[in-house]
Order: sequence, then structure tokens, then C-alpha cells
Amino acid sequence: MQNSKVTPLISLRGITRVYGMGEAEVRALDGVDLDVKAGEFVAIMGPSGSGKSTAMNVMGCLDSPTSGQYHFNGVEVAGLDQDQRALLRRHYLGFIFQGYNLLPRTSALQNVELPLIYKGVRRDEREARALEALDKVGLAERAHHDPSELSGGQQQRVAIARALAGDPKVILADEPTGNLDTKRSSEIMELMQALNREEGLTIVMVTHEEDMAEYADRLIWMVDGKVAFDRATQKGGK
Amino acid sequence: MLWETFKLALQAILRNPMRSFLTVLGVVIGVAAVIAMVTIGAGSSAQVTSDVETLGAKRLMLTPGQARMGPSSPGTTARAFDLGDVDQLESELSSIATAAPAASGQQVVVYGNENYRTTVTGTDGRYLLASEWEIASGRKFTSAEERGRSVCILGQTVVDELFATADPIGEDIRIKSLSCEVIGVLEAKGASSFGTDQDDLILMPFKTYARRIAGSSDVPMIYLAMRDGVSTDRAISDVSALLREIRRVRPGETDDFTVRSMEQLATMLSGINSVLTGLLSAVAAVSLLVGGIGIMNIMLVSVTERTREIGIRMAVGAQAGQVLLQFLVEAIVLSALGGALGIVLGLGLAAVGAQLLSIPFIPDLSIIALAFAFSAVVGVVFGYFPARAAARLDPIEALRHQ
Repeated sequence: MQNSKVTPLISLRGITRVYGMGEAEVRALDGVDLDVKAGEFVAIMGPSGSGKSTAMNVMGCLDSPTSGQYHFNGVEVAGLDQDQRALLRRHYLGFIFQGYNLLPRTSALQNVELPLIYKGVRRDEREARALEALDKVGLAERAHHDPSELSGGQQQRVAIARALAGDPKVILADEPTGNLDTKRSSEIMELMQALNREEGLTIVMVTHEEDMAEYADRLIWMVDGKVAFDRATQKGGK
Repeated sequence: MLWETFKLALQAILRNPMRSFLTVLGVVIGVAAVIAMVTIGAGSSAQVTSDVETLGAKRLMLTPGQARMGPSSPGTTARAFDLGDVDQLESELSSIATAAPAASGQQVVVYGNENYRTTVTGTDGRYLLASEWEIASGRKFTSAEERGRSVCILGQTVVDELFATADPIGEDIRIKSLSCEVIGVLEAKGASSFGTDQDDLILMPFKTYARRIAGSSDVPMIYLAMRDGVSTDRAISDVSALLREIRRVRPGETDDFTVRSMEQLATMLSGINSVLTGLLSAVAAVSLLVGGIGIMNIMLVSVTERTREIGIRMAVGAQAGQVLLQFLVEAIVLSALGGALGIVLGLGLAAVGAQLLSIPFIPDLSIIALAFAFSAVVGVVFGYFPARAAARLDPIEALRHQ
């Protein structure tokens, strides 16, 4: 349908997101144009209130834009209702959060299985795939530990395994290293970089740490709900 | 998916077993109460029926005057029966097998140093026939004795009270100024469904009683036994017709006597029984309702507590309907588990109660199934609101929730 040689995986055109009404109106996104191609590792930065988290939520189909067009893999998804967006998240998207967001009192394995349950994967296959994902993040041996028995870095790796397990087209990471010290942070970033390079996984990451953004291929800087600049990083991640 | 949801619900419930137990305690108690009430009610109904059978379903009782509800009015001065009436009823009516006179009063009886207050009944051998009562030891009255000798037959309770383990046969007991030889002991019958001890009595020949104790030859009550194959209604109408003739009741006037059948009594007793059971069950059912509200309350708290979990599930692709189903199934499983626990507890209580009341223990499968289904319905009704609250959460807000 599109004329460009490679259809971008994510394509935002004139996306706005307005909260509240009248005096209290906040324009979190104010006309964002943005493309993310398959296999890219994109970092989004910007001061607080710049709209980077909102942009992430819109791309992750957790939120609907007020106006504008959002094509995901060539399909218009801006007008989808909540249940349709849930299906989209289920089949194409994986999330990593700053606070890990693992289910408490639930083993690492069961946490990783969660997206597969909603995908309707059968029990034995589910377990195998979850273990495989845990193995990718180097935590196969901790499969039966509760989150409370794991360090912050390990918890975040379980969360990455959970995002991987559903075999998504894109992983959306919202400040994945925000709660970690420098050493653990770089471990997590190296893992994500490896997943991007070796598995060809598309990653969009919001961060406020420039060091972390350097691991990405491309940096998008947002200010006041708009893309201020969009450039390649120094690349290579030291 | 439903099976997954069920397992998920079970996991969530078992994650905090103490709290889950306290949550469903209301349902447990409600179901247990209903089950216990209904089971004990069924047992005591069965007991009444079998009691009436042992008392003799084929028995009628005649008393002079009209039975009235409420306080007795001084106007009832209907003439008592006499022994001639008894003989006439027995000989003239084909529907009646036996008629026995009875006159009773409370008397203190003395044996040695022991004394005991009991019911002394003047009657004759036909009483034992009419009530199908056997002699356990000793013998019945002879016809010579029935003409006025001082002999008596004791109920088992009286034997226990006065003689303990000694053999009473041939001993003399004193009733008022009358010294009386014990010639027999009645078979023990136990408590009746009215709760009275049927073995707490002394029988003596009617004529002895009339002369030496009552001082009157009136017959205040007549026991009748119907012939086999005769319907109660027919027997009653025969007896009424004859009595009206004997007592010269004019057509159009009401009877100046009352005929009661054991069947009527049984119907009345089971009527009272089922009304009581129904009332108590209704009270118990209210506690089920309260139990349901308890579940709703805790489920609402649980939705708030697990907001983040809901957010995570939505982020990985759970649809609103699936979240709704998860919480709804959880509420249903919780309250059905409570129902199951309540059924076990209720049956246990009923078994103990039946033992204590010495009535049969009759668990009713349909009531058990109904109670279980009802507790599941409580889960649906009271789980729906919290589940809907969970399903309506916004994933972003839910993920941010601390």
C-alpha cells in the first residue's frame, strides 16, 4: 500500500494527546511525526513533561491518541477500542517497566508465562517457551524463585524475558534502568542491545539517562509534546 | 481458558488462605445453618411419623365436651362417659376392634423409703390391646382382678425410680391409702415426639382406680382401636353417630364429645415441624446474604490491592472481559468453597444434633445441591460489582498504582 521501500513498523503522523478540558487542558503530545523501522533500537529522551511517556503509551496501544494517525505494521490502529488494543498488545507488543511490574508471590517462570496464557498457548509449550526466554536473559536457574527472592537487576531481566516470551514485534521499555545502579543498568542495556542485534528485535526505550540512550542506534529528543530532534547516536555503546 | 481462569482463581485464593477463609466465613455459617436446620427438621419429621406409627396410627381417643382452643370456659359441663358406653362402642361398631376406658391422675407412689410422683391410670386389659403394648415381665390383669383388686402394672421409669435394679414383681407399693401389688412391668417405649416419657405411668384396674383413688366411676377418656382396613374417617363417623345416639344429641346440635385420631395429631405435629424448619431456615438464609456482602467487600478491597496486577495483565494483552471473568470466577470459587465447607459443617452439626435429640439423621441431597448452587450464585451476584470495577480500570493508571 505504501510507496516507501520498507514500510515502517511504527508510523505516527500528527499525533496529539490531550488530557482534561478547557482551562485544565494539557497537550501531552502536540503533533508528533515519527517512524520506527523493524530492527531499530530507538531511545526517546526529554525533560519531564515533554510527553515521552505518553508517546510510549500511545505506541504501546495502552493509550489512544486524541487525533492523528498511527499505523502499526501498515495498519491504522489509532481508532481501535480498548479490547482491540488489548489484542494488539497481546500479539505484537512487549513491555518493560521501570518498576519491573512482576506479579508478587508468583514464580519467575509463571510471570514469564503470563503473556502466553492470554495468547492461548498450551501449558507444556508455554512452560518450554517461558524457560527459553528466561534462558535468553540468563536466569533459567532462577525460574522457580519468587520476585522477592531476586535482586533488582534479576527482576528486570525476568521482566525482559516476559516481554520476549510472547514473541513480540516491538519491545517498549519505559525507563528500564531507572531503579538500578550503574553496573546493573549497563548489564541490562547490554542484554537489550544483544537482543536487538542478535535477534533483530525492535526496541523503543524511554530514558532520562544519556549513558543508556547511547546503547540505542537512534535518539529522539522530545520537548513540549513535540519531537525536537531525531538523530543517530554515537553508536557502539562504548 | 476457563480452566486456566479457574486455576488462577484457586491460586489467588490459596495465596492468602486465612483471609480467604474469613471472607467466606459468612457463607460457611449461612450454608451450615440452613443444612443443619433442614436436616434436623427432616429427621424430626421422620421421628414424628414413626412415633405415631408406634403409638398406633389406628387409634382414636374420645373425650367428653368440645375441644376448645384457648382458655377453657366454665360452660363446658358435658357429661362424662361410663363403662356402658365403652362396651357399647366395642360391641356395636364393626369398625372398632377394641375400646378401653381410661381415668388418670397424678399420684405420689411409695415403696419402702422411696417415693415418686407419676401418672396413675385406671383402665383394663383392653388398653394394652388398643395401644399394642406388651408386658415385659410379669402378667396382665386377670378378669377377677379387673373387678376391683388392688394390683398394678408399672412403666419402666417407675420401676427404675422406685426399685432401681430390684425385681418389682410381687412387691407392694402404696398409692394414697391403697396398698397395691405389682403384677407386671410394661415394655419400655421411650420418649414420645411430644417429649414426654411414655414409660412414666402406673396402670391399675379401672374399677379399683374409680373406687379407691378417683372416687367416681366416670370414664373421662376412651381409647379406641380401629379394625384393620377401616379408614380413619369412617371410624370417626361411626363413633360420632353412635355417641350422638347414646348421649341424645339432637340433630343440628354440635357433638358434646371429641374424637381425635393419631393421624390428625401426626399431621398437626409435622405441620408445626415444617413451619419451624422453614422459619429457622429463612433466618439462616439471611446470614447467607450477609455472607455474600462480606465477599463483595473483600473482593472490592482485593481489586484495589491488585490494581497493579490488573494493569500488568492488561499490558500483556488481557481484555476487559477476561479481567472481569477472572475476578468473577474468583468470587464464585471462593463462595462455592465456602458453600462446600458449610455443607460439611452443617451435616456434621446435624449428625451431632440428631444424636443428641435421638432422631434419625436424614441428609437431603436436593437441599445440599441447592445450598451449593445458591452459594455459587452468591459469588456471581456479589462478585460481579467488584469484577466490573476491575475490568473498567485504565491500564496506564493501573500500572502506575502503588
